[in-house]
Amino acid sequence: MNSARTLFEKVWGEHAVAEGEGLPTLLYIDLHLIHEVTTPQAFEGLRRAGRKVRRPDLTFGTTDHSVPTTNRSLPILDHQAAAQLERFEANCRNFEIPFYGLQSNQQGIVHVIGPELGMTRPGMTIVCGDSHTSTHGAFGALAFGIGSSEVEQVLATQCLLQRKPRVCEIEISGTRRPGVAAKDIILALIARIGVDGCTGHVIEYTGSAIRALDMEERMTVCNMSIEAGARAGMIAPDDTTFEYLGGRPFAPQGKDWEAAMAAWRQLPTEDGASYHRRFSMDAGGLEPMITFGTNPGMGIPISAPVPDPASLSDGRTRDSLDQALRYMGLEPGRPLLGHPINVVFIGSCTNSRLSDLRSAAAVLKGRKVHPGTRVIVVPGSQQVKRQAEAEGLDSVFRDAGADWREPGCSMCIAMNGDELRPGEYCVTTSNRNFEGRQGPGGRSFLASPLTAAASAITGVVTDARTWL
Amino acid sequence: MNPFPSFESRMLLFVRDNVDTDQIFPARFLKTISKAGLGHQLFRDWRYDHQGNPRPDFVFNRPEAQGTQVLLAGHNFGCGSSREHAVWALVQFGFRAVISTSFADIFQQNALKNALLPIVVSGEQHTRLCGLAAAEPTATVRVDLASQQVGLPNGEVLHFPVDSFAKYCLLEGVDEIGYIERHEAQIAGFESKRSERTSRRS
Repeated sequence: MNSARTLFEKVWGEHAVAEGEGLPTLLYIDLHLIHEVTTPQAFEGLRRAGRKVRRPDLTFGTTDHSVPTTNRSLPILDHQAAAQLERFEANCRNFEIPFYGLQSNQQGIVHVIGPELGMTRPGMTIVCGDSHTSTHGAFGALAFGIGSSEVEQVLATQCLLQRKPRVCEIEISGTRRPGVAAKDIILALIARIGVDGCTGHVIEYTGSAIRALDMEERMTVCNMSIEAGARAGMIAPDDTTFEYLGGRPFAPQGKDWEAAMAAWRQLPTEDGASYHRRFSMDAGGLEPMITFGTNPGMGIPISAPVPDPASLSDGRTRDSLDQALRYMGLEPGRPLLGHPINVVFIGSCTNSRLSDLRSAAAVLKGRKVHPGTRVIVVPGSQQVKRQAEAEGLDSVFRDAGADWREPGCSMCIAMNGDELRPGEYCVTTSNRNFEGRQGPGGRSFLASPLTAAASAITGVVTDARTWL
Repeated sequence: MNPFPSFESRMLLFVRDNVDTDQIFPARFLKTISKAGLGHQLFRDWRYDHQGNPRPDFVFNRPEAQGTQVLLAGHNFGCGSSREHAVWALVQFGFRAVISTSFADIFQQNALKNALLPIVVSGEQHTRLCGLAAAEPTATVRVDLASQQVGLPNGEVLHFPVDSFAKYCLLEGVDEIGYIERHEAQIAGFESKRSERTSRRS
């Protein structure tokens, strides 16, 4: 019998509290991240049933989705958002959950602060009422998004009833060419396997191109696993992981750190372990990617033409493409390069970390954004904001004519007033180009921070490699 | 939760692939702190134009949409965001089952926890159901969870898979948190074993 185990199987096995024939596994959760949007109904459920939060010490709250990114000393004008934020703070206080709110110097997008504070560590189980929880898998954690009923389950019991998913290995080999970002790897992958390519699976990313990524790049890749249908994406921890984690506030210290590292070194998938599915891709041949349609799978290399529905034989696929192009107001057969845009958004849990801001700033330094283009740069957290300001990146953005904002989800989800107007085009470093995602009628081109910054200068979709 | 009975309904034909939860329930309505009144926002931006006028040609605005309990949807229904509001809105609109060839994982979990039955059928069965709904919009199907069957007007029966535990919870009206709480001894044991292990490290 083959006893070699995958990274996923090890983490799953370590957290199985109860298993039974035909029953879902009762899985213990090490870290539960919560935010204002998907929790009010869960707390209400607890209150109504007279239940408590079992492990407030394993739960962390921050506000990110509906928060303004403008001056935080001003009152919040959207009374519904203000009421939701207030309710969240009250819930954290009443249930004694650590809370990093708007006035905290650690506030930020939940998937940015978990890692940067060292709360996210290899081998953990992490959940959050947010599908981009897959981000934390970059550390070799099993991390996935859940609905509000499941949030209530975890608050009450620190456990979740889960069926064991299958595991798909995605091996990415080769060496990226200059100007090709981690974002381009994941957009290229989703374009190949589709938005339901890994439904029912956890992805384990392997291969030399993955090993070569730094932690922030790995987070970008794992973040968008959900856009391929996978609830989670995982990368085995290695020295890159340990180097990132060492010394962070919640990371183990001293002798504990040594012991933790020894345990983490046991996590990677063993030779001979088997996966349910495998897929491989060569990163060496990739160009910068951009999406043209209304789901993240509708992506093309930046110099390629927009696909033509007439070239498709399957009626349903043709209809989908046709609907997408109509919504996007695009003609098939022509490249997106040179297509006028109205807005550039640099931010989101996909691309709002220091390295993302550095790469955008490198393009924008000493240049001006196009006069007809609104550019907003939203750091992922207060810590990212401080670091960026210490390096002078805020001045680079401001001098170029971009807006430098307070941390939050902002125009990725457009709940806070940062939004596109109907018909506007946006090059965005976020993760979803669904219809109306960035504001009703808004049209999103997903791309890397490099592509976003270059397009900000020209006011049209631009290949950043001409500016490097 | 009340037990899930069998029922009979017309089907609302809405076969568009990869419908994401941002369409089902647009994000700007997520600022609510309640589960109530969400049915109005279901497919808000497909049902209404930017001025708030209904789009009469959109299937959810047609008279036959009212009172329909079965949504016949396209492939990979409910992809994207984890928002359970999408399921709450479908339920409040009146749906008790969605039939498709596949569902996104989180949507499927959310649906099962709210007595919205996700019914997965084969591509061939799906095509036949679509043909039926298009040809005879008033035709009804019978959905029976206990036998895992969809009964067609011609007497034909389609079997569908369903997670055995979810089925048990739906049919018996089980409170899942209550079910987990019955494992308290195991959970506490797990926690104390882990803290021992952690303390050995220090």
